[in-house]
This record gives sequence, C-alpha cells and structure tokens, in this order.
Amino acid sequence: MTRRTLLGSSVLAPLAPAAAAPHDSHDIPLNITLEVNRKSRALTLDPRTTLLDALREHLNLTGTKKGCDHGQCGACTVLINGTRMLSCLTLAASVRGPVTTIEGLAGEDGRLHPMQQAFIDQDAFQCGYCTPGQIMSAVGCVQEGHAGSDADIREYMSGNLCRCAAYPHIVAAIRQTAPMMEKA
Amino acid sequence: MRPFTYQRAHDGAGAVKAGGQYLAGGTTLLDLMKLDVMQPVRIVDINDLSQEFGAIEYGVQGLRLGALVHMADAARHPDIVKNYPVVAQSLQLAASAQLRNMATLGGNVLQRTRCTYFRDPSWSRCNKRAPGSGCAALEGVNRKHAVLGTSPHCIATYAGDFAQALIALDAQVEIAGSDGARRIAFADLHVAPGDNPSIETSLRPGELITAFSLPAIPFARRSLYLKIRDRQSYDFALASAAVALDLDGATVREARIALGGVATKPWRAREAEDHLRGNPLNRDTAAAAARAAFAAAITHGQNDFKPELGRRTLVRALLAAKALEV
Repeated sequence: MTRRTLLGSSVLAPLAPAAAAPHDSHDIPLNITLEVNRKSRALTLDPRTTLLDALREHLNLTGTKKGCDHGQCGACTVLINGTRMLSCLTLAASVRGPVTTIEGLAGEDGRLHPMQQAFIDQDAFQCGYCTPGQIMSAVGCVQEGHAGSDADIREYMSGNLCRCAAYPHIVAAIRQTAPMMEKA
Repeated sequence: MRPFTYQRAHDGAGAVKAGGQYLAGGTTLLDLMKLDVMQPVRIVDINDLSQEFGAIEYGVQGLRLGALVHMADAARHPDIVKNYPVVAQSLQLAASAQLRNMATLGGNVLQRTRCTYFRDPSWSRCNKRAPGSGCAALEGVNRKHAVLGTSPHCIATYAGDFAQALIALDAQVEIAGSDGARRIAFADLHVAPGDNPSIETSLRPGELITAFSLPAIPFARRSLYLKIRDRQSYDFALASAAVALDLDGATVREARIALGGVATKPWRAREAEDHLRGNPLNRDTAAAAARAAFAAAITHGQNDFKPELGRRTLVRALLAAKALEV
C-alpha cells in the first residue's frame, strides 16, 4: 500500500488544519471555504464557529441577525442549498453547498428581491431586527409551496418571531410576493 | 462552547470506527453545547452519509426511513402522507420549518428533554445531567413534566413526537456499531429513568442509528397525530396522541395508541388498546380506554392537570380517527 492509496482509502478526512499541530489538539483552526452570495470565501476558523458567527464576525455580513442563538427565534435564517435553515445551529465547518444571506437576495443590479420590496410595500416591520430572518424564511416558505393561504403562511412562518408583532403585515407581504415568485 | 475536534466521516463503517459525538442536523447538539449541557471532545459529522442512510423506501414490506432523512422530507412524502398519516403528522407538527429542514430522523428520536433543570447547568440538582445530584423538578417548576414512567429520581418529559408514531406502529431500529449491525424494536430503544436517569437509550457507545423500518400496516391509513400545546404552532406537546385504528364497522379489531408530552419516554398505551380491542368505539369506550392509559399516572403539583388533558386528548384522537374517510 502506497502512501497515496492509504490516504485515498482513509475513512475520515479531517478538514485541513491551518497549522502543524498534534493530531488531537482541540486548538487547531480549520481552513474552510464557504460559498456565500455567489462568492467563494476562504476562512480560517476555530471549529466551534457557527455559520452565523462566520458571516457576521469574519465576513462582515451583519445583515443576518443573532437573536436567541439557540434556534428558537429565526432571526439568523439563511438559505443553504436554497433551503431555509438556522445559521446559529450550524457549524461553519459543516456547511455543504452555497449560502444565501439577506445581502445576496437582491439582483446584481441592486434591484430588490420581490420579497424585500413587499416588506417595504406592506410596512411589514417596525424595529427591523427580525426582518432579514423573516425575509429569508419567507422566500423559503414560498419556494416550499406553503404560501397558499394566511393560515398556511402563519403555520410555516411560526419559526420566525417578531416581538413588535408585525405578523399581519408580514403575512400580507408574503401573500403579495407568492404569485410573483411562482411566476418567476 | 467547549473546544472539540471536528471530522467528517465518509461512510458508515468509518463513522462507527471513529466514534465520538455524531453530528447530523445539529439542532439539539449545538443548542446543548452552547448551554454547556453537552461537552463532546470529538465531533464526527455524518452528513456525507446521506447516500447510505438517507433514503425513503415504500413497498409491500412497509416503510423504511433512512436515519439521515430530514424531518421535512419525510413529512411531505406522498407515500407517507397517504399510508402512514400519523408519521407525517407527527413530523409536521414538530419544531419549525427551518428546524424540520435541518433535523434528521435519527437525531429526532434522540433529542433530549426540555426539562429546564436539565438544560441549565446553574442548577446543581439534575440526575440526568449529573448522576446522583438529585432532581430539582420534583418540587420545582414542573408544569410540563411527565406523569407516566417517572421515578423518584427524574420526571423529565420525553419531548419528541415522531417517536410516538414509531412506537405505535411497531417500528424497528437499524443500528450500526463497531461490532456490526443490529436491529431492535423501537420500543426497546428508549429506557425509563429508573435509578439512573442519565441513561436514556439502549444504544451502546459509538453506535449509530441508520434506519427505521415500519411493517406494512394497511389500517395505518386510518391514523393521526393529535398534539395539544400552549401555542398553536412551534411548541412541544403538553399532551399528544398517536392513534391508528383497524375497524370492522364500529367495532375495533386492532388499536395502536401512543402518548406524547406526558411520559419520560416514548409511551405505548397498551392498556388502552386492550380496552378497545373487540369492542365498539364510542365516546364511552374511548373514555374508559383513556382512563386505563392514565391509571398509573403520578403528578407533582403543577402538572396535576396532565392526566385529564391526556385523557381528553386521547378520546378526541380516537373519535377523530374513527371519523376519518379512508
């Protein structure tokens, strides 16, 4: 067995340590590459770094908000592989596939995504802190086919809390956007 | 969060060989690591194993669900919605849309209790977190705690929903380990707290759940999951019932009943099933079955309401299942 076949058949592939260090050291940062908003970003991170902290603290993408940091409020919602997920409960090192945040939702020309425009049209926020998560979740909600009725929207948006209670306007914004997204 | 090493496993054999804390959806694990309740030193990410353990298979033998299937994908699968509605509904009524997109079925059944004393290490007494330290819930805030399967050492509620559907339908669990694969009844996966609440399952160290299989049960089309919560959506059950009925006219040939939100582990209510078998199903017989299901209930003050809520939940679920058009 050559070194190459030995490595090739290795059952485990730790992500490349950034610096030479003992195999089992807990302190080895990981070199990872994230695709965020259509750009490839190379990062050196402590393995404990969540996707949320990687976005906010390392990539300066502070649009994604930290609310509870425990998966209960939805403020950190992003799309991974096009599916809405919670970045606070996702290790950055475990991310497979492209990430879309609120900063990547608008077109290259700066034109707002229809869901962003609908939140403005319908006055679907007050303080705005939950809004990026609401919008990302709303995009997922429509794509999953759950925006057919107000009741459906309320059920499938229940993972996004709004302490200003802008809920009726959020539902209206999603109702406004769903037909446009379905057409596109 | 405490430091850990992170590795990715590329196949099942590699995962069990590596051992450590498996990471799939991470929705329980990351939460409890941030709370310092779980302190793994080695994390083995198994998300690359979805080719091996991520399929939904439906056929004449029944239903087989890979452990890495996401909750949302099982909840909307047409064969499951049609033939095992109790399974689809138990998943659909759990968590939030984002969490259901992330969480896997294997991780779902292993989710930990929501007992506040377990989740907050600033409380010194928790036999589940710190064996032998006592149980702060017995005289503490215990409104959401269990009334069935409790012990003098722990009254923490098993929080899951999907498990109630699995135990009601006699599911089996497929498990991989360094000593090879094995298969057990789902009913044997979780253990009641007894003298050692820190032991929650019969899994051996390093073992990995790879699939759940449900037998072909034609009458499972007449099944449902009824979940009663403080909120209408996105909350854990105060009481729930998984029910499947095999009816001959109004007479019960076979009933499958499991209860959630009220017990320390996934809870099959065989006493209630025995009450119904061979008898007509109506409000009176359903109520008698529900009384049998909670005959052994022990309450601790704030959760005194749970047996009555649980009985009413079960009665409503049975009558709703009877009324289903299948």
